[in-house]
Amino acid sequence: MEFAELIKTPRVDNVVLHRPFYPAVEGTLCLTGHHLILSSRQDNTEELWLLHSNIDAIDKRFVGPLGTIIIKCKDFRIIQLDIPGMEECLNIASSIEALSTLDSITLMYPFFYRPMFDVIEDGWHSFLPEQEFELYSSATSEWRLSYVNKEFAVCPSYPPIVIVPRAIEDEALRKVAAFRHGGRFPVLSYYHKKNGMVIMRSGQPLTGTNGRRCKEDEKLINATLRAGKRGYIIDTRPLNVAQQARAKGGGFEQEAHYPQWRRIHKSIERYHILQESLVKLVEACNDQTHNMDRWLSKLEASNWLTHIKEILTTACLVAQCLDREGASILIHGTEGTDSTLQVTSLAQIILEPRSRTIRGFEALIEREWLQAGHPFQQRCAQSAYCNSRQKWESPVFLLFLDCVWQILRQFPCSFEFNENFLIMLFEHAYASQFGTFLGNNESERCKLKLQQKTMSLWSWVNRPSELSKFTNPLFEANNLVIWPSVAPQSLQLWEGIFLRWNRSSRYLDEAYEEMVNIIEYNRALQAKVNILRRQLAELETEDGMQQSP
Amino acid sequence: ILHSQISTIEKQATTATGCPLLIRCKNFQLLQLIIPQERDCHDVYLSLVRLARPVKYEELYCFSFNPKLDKEEREQGWMLIDLGEEYKRMGLPNNYWQLSDVNRDYRVCDSYPADLYVPRSATAHIIVGSSKFRSRRRFPALSYYYRENHASICRSSQPLSGFSARCLEDEQMLQAIRKANPGSDFIYVVDTRPKLNAMANRAAGKGYENEDNYSNIKFQFIGIENIHVMRNMCELKSPSMSDFLWGLENSGWLRHIKAILDAGIFIAKAVSEEGASVLVHCSDGWDRTAQVCSVASLLLDPHYRTLKGFMVLIEKDWISFGHKFNHRYGNLDGDPKEISPVIDQFIECVWQLMEQFPCAFEFNERFLIHIQNHIYSCQFGNFLCNSQKERQELKIQERTHSSWAHLWKNRAEYLNPLFRADHSQTRGALRLPTAPCSFTHKYVVLWALAQFWSGMYNRFEKGLQPRQSVTDYLMAVKEESQQLEEELAALGERLEKIQKVQLNRTEVKSNKQSEPRKHSGFSASDSSTANTPQDYTGNVKSFPSRSPSQGDEDSALILTQDNLKSSDPDLSANSDQESGVEDLSCRSPSGGERAPSEDSSKDRDSDEAVFLTA
Repeated sequence: MEFAELIKTPRVDNVVLHRPFYPAVEGTLCLTGHHLILSSRQDNTEELWLLHSNIDAIDKRFVGPLGTIIIKCKDFRIIQLDIPGMEECLNIASSIEALSTLDSITLMYPFFYRPMFDVIEDGWHSFLPEQEFELYSSATSEWRLSYVNKEFAVCPSYPPIVIVPRAIEDEALRKVAAFRHGGRFPVLSYYHKKNGMVIMRSGQPLTGTNGRRCKEDEKLINATLRAGKRGYIIDTRPLNVAQQARAKGGGFEQEAHYPQWRRIHKSIERYHILQESLVKLVEACNDQTHNMDRWLSKLEASNWLTHIKEILTTACLVAQCLDREGASILIHGTEGTDSTLQVTSLAQIILEPRSRTIRGFEALIEREWLQAGHPFQQRCAQSAYCNSRQKWESPVFLLFLDCVWQILRQFPCSFEFNENFLIMLFEHAYASQFGTFLGNNESERCKLKLQQKTMSLWSWVNRPSELSKFTNPLFEANNLVIWPSVAPQSLQLWEGIFLRWNRSSRYLDEAYEEMVNIIEYNRALQAKVNILRRQLAELETEDGMQQSP
Repeated sequence: ILHSQISTIEKQATTATGCPLLIRCKNFQLLQLIIPQERDCHDVYLSLVRLARPVKYEELYCFSFNPKLDKEEREQGWMLIDLGEEYKRMGLPNNYWQLSDVNRDYRVCDSYPADLYVPRSATAHIIVGSSKFRSRRRFPALSYYYRENHASICRSSQPLSGFSARCLEDEQMLQAIRKANPGSDFIYVVDTRPKLNAMANRAAGKGYENEDNYSNIKFQFIGIENIHVMRNMCELKSPSMSDFLWGLENSGWLRHIKAILDAGIFIAKAVSEEGASVLVHCSDGWDRTAQVCSVASLLLDPHYRTLKGFMVLIEKDWISFGHKFNHRYGNLDGDPKEISPVIDQFIECVWQLMEQFPCAFEFNERFLIHIQNHIYSCQFGNFLCNSQKERQELKIQERTHSSWAHLWKNRAEYLNPLFRADHSQTRGALRLPTAPCSFTHKYVVLWALAQFWSGMYNRFEKGLQPRQSVTDYLMAVKEESQQLEEELAALGERLEKIQKVQLNRTEVKSNKQSEPRKHSGFSASDSSTANTPQDYTGNVKSFPSRSPSQGDEDSALILTQDNLKSSDPDLSANSDQESGVEDLSCRSPSGGERAPSEDSSKDRDSDEAVFLTA
């Protein structure tokens, strides 16, 4: 086994673990192929199980013979291990470094993980595109499933099955694919049952500097418009960026060729700008100097909340155009795999009550992120502590989750899931025993045979014992469109993620417990009352029967 | 809008539609009136300017406000909060502390209350001597007595020490305070000013205590700066994120709040952990001292975290000890430099603590907001004038109403659903001072402080508020639970009754079956009494009459949900983004909706009674 070569010292005794808010623990440190384990010898009370893939960066320090390793995790946790013996410490450090940066995906833990639970429902088949389409097909016949991408030949980052206008043939789709970045031709993202309007998404049109056009593309998106109606094209890039893109063969839809469409440019940042923002924010949150002013200016300098505001504003704009103005919408940025997906999925959270349920939200992640080809493998390769700073690393998905949290905070009773559900998704996107977030698109996942070789996250989450942890006790189905506020006063730092390891949550947890108690007590009472009412009713009819003869 | 709420009025350039008038209110409301005629506008402007700056107390609203209560009720309202009772609750007077009459008729200090607690060993001579050595004669007096270890929090103003002056009586006074606490051989003297300010004051013949002159004191500066306001930034129109954070930081407001909290925590720990008494002062001892003393008391004593206790706290540390409400909140036209949101800061400190300890407070955010509102509104007499003496001269209690009674009457609205008297966060000393794990990590406070209290400062921009209130939701759930409990009891009783009756009847029947052969003559009358038809018909009758009411309740409950949904059209009718607010408002009607169902359950109870008596 190759892991054995990487593990120079599998076991060290008398290692001391330091974590904020916990007393130091002394125990034995073990390294396995995928885990770093610390167990104190007393009845295994204190244990640390850490996936190597969760480790973002490590620092070493030596004071005499005592070595210290500081482990910084992708979930922003920082822990410290004091290891006696310089050699052991160096060995451990280099092993961790090697094991946390494995090149081959097939060596990752999901390929070795054997679940200890019974699979009630195989998550790989929980959200099939055909089933999702059935939800729409009852309401409209204007759309169809297309299998044009069956072999991933037309668009490598699309799933084999997509939803397109019924009027457009597969042949036309191929032509449109050639005109759109990465072959990402416009497909249906969301159908608004209330008025039959839709959100579509795509890659940028490849107009180039000479203003190339594509009749099929125009026909495709016009097919979604009602007679005499106009639609909106939301370009997530500012105008100047879109113009610059033309030099590289990209571009945007010219008014002349798309007269029925109004184009709006927004400016949602991408790539390293977001990554740098995250790095600065996490740095500020970990700052232990207790100076009020520096904290606020650092928070401001990170620009994180500015990004949140921009994304939410765009999503609200889309929802507003769709719901209030009754217009169809096409959204794209450059590739259509990042900011585009943030906007389409948040707009659905705002508009569609189903996406605020646990299952509906899972379906949304599956449809708008996994199948839509958000490159999780690249984007979530590293987190806030790593120095590698590759262009493709970017907390796009975390920003999306943060936006959902902001809406959840404003509408605490409208979501079936709670904050823990979002935190769980964040953790598994960066390091997981499940195969769900591996790979960059469906094509890669197919090649890796994830369905056969790994377990789906949904298989685990959708068991009642897990679901209970993620259910919001305040939830009451709300069929309304929910309009969040995007004013700076209404947006907050997501403490549950960014200050998670730096605060004691005891009092907040107690409050949460109290809340659950109040609601459960109410439900129990309701059940009892119902039983008594029924008993009474039975007795009364019995009475009546006895009396009537 | 009450005239007293108006902070500034601004006439803006005339436009085509008319003449705009911009009104900024003290409760952070901002509104613009457009008046078609310029002349009218000018008239309105002039009268508002005059009305917003009353010169005499008699012009204030509270002197004409009449909530239709008779004299007795009004007097009861004023008696709701009784400071004498409060000192008794603390365990006073006792062997160490006594009620002093030295300030009767405000002879010694006109900004202090008449009734004050001082150490038993402090004679009138010492007190008067000490008062002469203190700014505005505000001598050290008791603010809070911590029963468990005899430590106390006292307050005063700065000593007139200058560079070298000393006063024997004042030194004896501090000595007396120390001796009143047998558990500790020193006292803390906390000067809440930054050291620089205190030193500058020495040149003016004032200053701070010299540790050489006073035996056994530990002197401590806690730098709470002078007060500058953040009002401007609340008005920013659709600011960008960085404008907002930048403004928040530059206002220095949060830094201020943190300084106050830190000082309060320091004192609470000194008292509860070190068992040492603390003397707190700033310059005059009526602003920062009041803030710090009340935060410390709040941390130490769970009583102050209840609705009534919080009223008592404000009555004690702010109203009775001469916080200058009139000057600070500009009730009457006065020096604008005197105006400062001192108590607003205290209220925000409380809110920050509530955020940290969600189960520890009996009241909710709305309570704080309404108190703040009353402080500025002058609708009630509590927050008038600068001292108890002035209030007495004006006969406030006879001529106005008390806001405490008003708040107490509506207390159901202010309850925190998460508060439970037996919860660990509420029992004893909140565990805050005794096990201050959360506060040794100061940054915990720091983080929470970064959260801007938009519930207060943006309360009139409903679009910025969370659209669904967890508090209201939980209150509704709790209320429903209570009803269910009642119903459960009623149902249980009825069930028991019916079962008993049935049991009787089956017994009777079995009797009947055996009896007829023996006493066939009796059977008719027997069965008639045993079966008691009236009873049954009564029973049968009461069922139909009852089941609709039961049905009613069901439908009422369903209705509330319908209500939720039915607000949909409302919502979609609105075309702006803020329409989500509707959602919030649909919550409160749903709470109200339950009231009739409660009635129906009561009806049923009375039904029940009929049934039982029948």
